[in-house]
Amino acid sequence: MNKAEDYAIELRRIVKRFPGVIANNGIDLKIRRGEIHCLLGENGAGKTTLMRILYGLYQPDQGEILVNNQKINISSPRIALQHHIGMVHQHFKLVPTLSVEENIILGLDEGTGPFTNFRKVRKRISLIANQYGLSLDPRTKIWQLAGGKQQQVEILKALYREVEILIMDEPTSVLTPQEVEKLFTTLRFLVKNGLTIIFITHKLDEVMKVSDRVTVLRKGKVIATIPTQETDKETLARLMVGREVIFCLKKNPVKKKEKILEVKDLHVLNDRGLPAVCGLSFELYGGEILGIAGVSGNGQNELAEVLTGLRKLIKGEIYLDGQDITHCSTREINKLKVAHIPAERIRVGIVPTLSVSENLILNKYFYSPFSRGEFLNYKAIKENAQAMISEYQILTPHYQIPVRILSGGNIQKIILARELSCDPRMIIAMHPTYGLDIGATEQVRQTLLSQREKGAGILLISEDLEEIISLADRIMVMFGGKTMGILEGENIDLERIGLMMAGTKYRGEKM
Amino acid sequence: MISAKKWRFKIEERSSVSNSRVLLTSILAILAALIIVGIFFQFYGVSAFKAYRLIFSGSLGSRFGLAEIVRRAIPLLLCGVGLTLAFRALFWNIGAEGQLLIGAVAATGIALFSKLPPFLLLPAMFLGGFIGGALWGIVPAFLKVILGINEVIATLMMNYMAIYLVEWLIHGPWKGPSARGFAYSDPFPPSAMLPTITGTRIHWPTLIIGLVISVLIYILIVHTKSGLEVRVMGENPEAARYAGINPLKVTLLVMLISGGLAGLAGVGEIAGIHQRLLGPTHISMGYGYTAVIVAWLARRNPLAVIFTSLFFALLITGGDVIKVSLGFPSQMINVFNGAILFFLIGSEFFLRYRISFIGRR
Ligand SMILES: Nc1ncnc2c1ncn2[C@@H]1O[C@H](COP(=O)(O)OP(=O)(O)OP(=O)(O)O)[C@@H](O)[C@H]1O
Ligand SMILES: [Mg+2]
Repeated sequence: MNKAEDYAIELRRIVKRFPGVIANNGIDLKIRRGEIHCLLGENGAGKTTLMRILYGLYQPDQGEILVNNQKINISSPRIALQHHIGMVHQHFKLVPTLSVEENIILGLDEGTGPFTNFRKVRKRISLIANQYGLSLDPRTKIWQLAGGKQQQVEILKALYREVEILIMDEPTSVLTPQEVEKLFTTLRFLVKNGLTIIFITHKLDEVMKVSDRVTVLRKGKVIATIPTQETDKETLARLMVGREVIFCLKKNPVKKKEKILEVKDLHVLNDRGLPAVCGLSFELYGGEILGIAGVSGNGQNELAEVLTGLRKLIKGEIYLDGQDITHCSTREINKLKVAHIPAERIRVGIVPTLSVSENLILNKYFYSPFSRGEFLNYKAIKENAQAMISEYQILTPHYQIPVRILSGGNIQKIILARELSCDPRMIIAMHPTYGLDIGATEQVRQTLLSQREKGAGILLISEDLEEIISLADRIMVMFGGKTMGILEGENIDLERIGLMMAGTKYRGEKM
Repeated sequence: MISAKKWRFKIEERSSVSNSRVLLTSILAILAALIIVGIFFQFYGVSAFKAYRLIFSGSLGSRFGLAEIVRRAIPLLLCGVGLTLAFRALFWNIGAEGQLLIGAVAATGIALFSKLPPFLLLPAMFLGGFIGGALWGIVPAFLKVILGINEVIATLMMNYMAIYLVEWLIHGPWKGPSARGFAYSDPFPPSAMLPTITGTRIHWPTLIIGLVISVLIYILIVHTKSGLEVRVMGENPEAARYAGINPLKVTLLVMLISGGLAGLAGVGEIAGIHQRLLGPTHISMGYGYTAVIVAWLARRNPLAVIFTSLFFALLITGGDVIKVSLGFPSQMINVFNGAILFFLIGSEFFLRYRISFIGRR
């Protein structure tokens, strides 16, 4: 057989309908053995649905699936695994209180009878880990691991099951830039060892960097499949959106206004009772975006939680517009017009089973016109939902359907619409564009900039340095719960930020 | 050959569940439970058909039977409606039984020992019963929110405390001089007795209270701010925190109402049926426990509780009939309850997922 025709997977005319939408509308997709194949498409284009079909979580309404040139029926993930197809989900499915090895063998029958032969398991895990350049102690508990390491566990779990085709749904959105590099190294290693990888992402840089070929989906249809070498970012963006996309943020100069937030000598503990923020002081002014950079786990989460009243501090003072809010509750702070875009959208930012319209007023229901006295005003709630859906282009069949069936990016849009629509005084945004397609990303960035022009103070916490640099007026780098200094104007410099993120303090102009 | 033929079917998560599907699934679950219990009847040496005919004809077939169904539905309705609210907030209140008993105790205290004018006596008993049940309900609420104590254990334990409190009262301080050595309190004065529909034991004021309250609780859940808070907290506690919802406030509210309504049920039983305080198993017959299943079968919808409470009242009444005429032990009703709960919980899977056969290989 001709090598170019050696397809690991062939999807033929796949159709999948959900009530009100056609998620996949006759998709043809061929994945070559041993390639990294990127799937690209706007939020709601049908990428996750297609991969869930391949992994046996959904059944296609029409179409057929060929694995290794054989037509098969993938009726469950177990069947998929039997054909060596594995999937790493966007939201990890690990048990936090169990150890790495326990998570890896979960659901497998390792050992004799009811007893697990952990020695054998451990040996096999370290064999695989060594082979693919992963370093993990099988006995650590999942909750002790950072996001990137947890992802390695998911990958190991798939490899342990002898997966040959690995599907990864937006694997990089939860990772730091360093972790992304590490992941790419691992992926190249896997491919060299004969695996085939399907990779979903919204970041064009990543597509260009890691993939062999790329398929663009739009509204449930395949627009093109192209070898990566023969294309560029602009072309891909145009294919994705269906029109010319211009990447240019209009960042107008804004005169620095009054002080909005003042944080003095803040000390906060993390969930494990260890110091997470240690003596942090800074100020935020109206009309500015203060970017907070840093490797995740250096106190950014805890800082955001304290500022929104979700976590108690042990020492320090916080003033909002001169008012002491050190010990205010979440509700009190919310009423001072503080918007909060949380890091973990599904776990924290929405109620999956409630409707789109209810989620859009999740922390606003007590305001008029959404309620009068004790009663909710469903007419106002509905009108609000309809306005938000059209303004933020939220892809949903109806305002009354439960949020959980929306696509990942559209869930994020719900949170953004809710938090950015009410002219907030201060915005605490944790990687706000995480999971958004390029169009939506530009829109959100533009919204943040226009809030800045209206005089809001914005705290932008992100690991995406590019995003911080393009948006922020000043950048504070956090390391070990402390600030390594604040950069401004022409002092902002990628290399300098990198050094500070590694723990070098910045003192004045010279470094 | 083992490998010769294999049924193949596919399982998929449903994106939404229609009301008619919920109804159908629940009915199938009940039928499955009836079949299983029917097998028990057969083992007991009685034809299942005969037993079921007796159950349904004995309860539905006569005016007396119908009236009994309605009067037994009253406590189930009040307890069940309260439980739908607690369950919406994911507070597993297993303590309606105890809350009911405390309501009965409070009503008895007011009936026997308060010097209130006659026309105020019954309103005061209802109010006192509500407060008593509510207090019994909010203790576990505090324990859970402030100390993190599991509410299933706390509410269950408080049932025993209520049972022993009643036992102690009727054997000790409240034992009636006129009860001739029986462990009863004195009978209530006539002004502390609830009127009934003539010829039946249906104490209609309690029934009306129950019906009105199930509508009110429905409105509370769907149309009020507090109701939204309850739903948010029950569906995603983390998001509730993020939205600034106070978990203590919501849990207290929910248990205040849930406990209070169970307390009202206790008042109804004591002032409508027994007219004196007597042994805990005579006051309640496990209405508080059965109400858990009543609320569950209603899928936590307070309006549906009107129907599910009638259904369980039918089973209790029919159970009484076969107990008398076929000599079945009175625990038979518990077998019913257990089987129905078992199949209901099992049927959740079929609500959440779509399963379809795709032929044989
Ligand atoms: N279980 C479901 N029930 C109903 N509709 C669904 C379901 N799953 C997905 N959809 C709909 O199908 C469409 C495609 O969703 P999908 O999750 O595949 O998008 P996606 O390309 O992964 O988007 P994103 O980049 O935002 O993650 C969306 O309109 C979504 O609302
Ligand atoms: Mg997706």
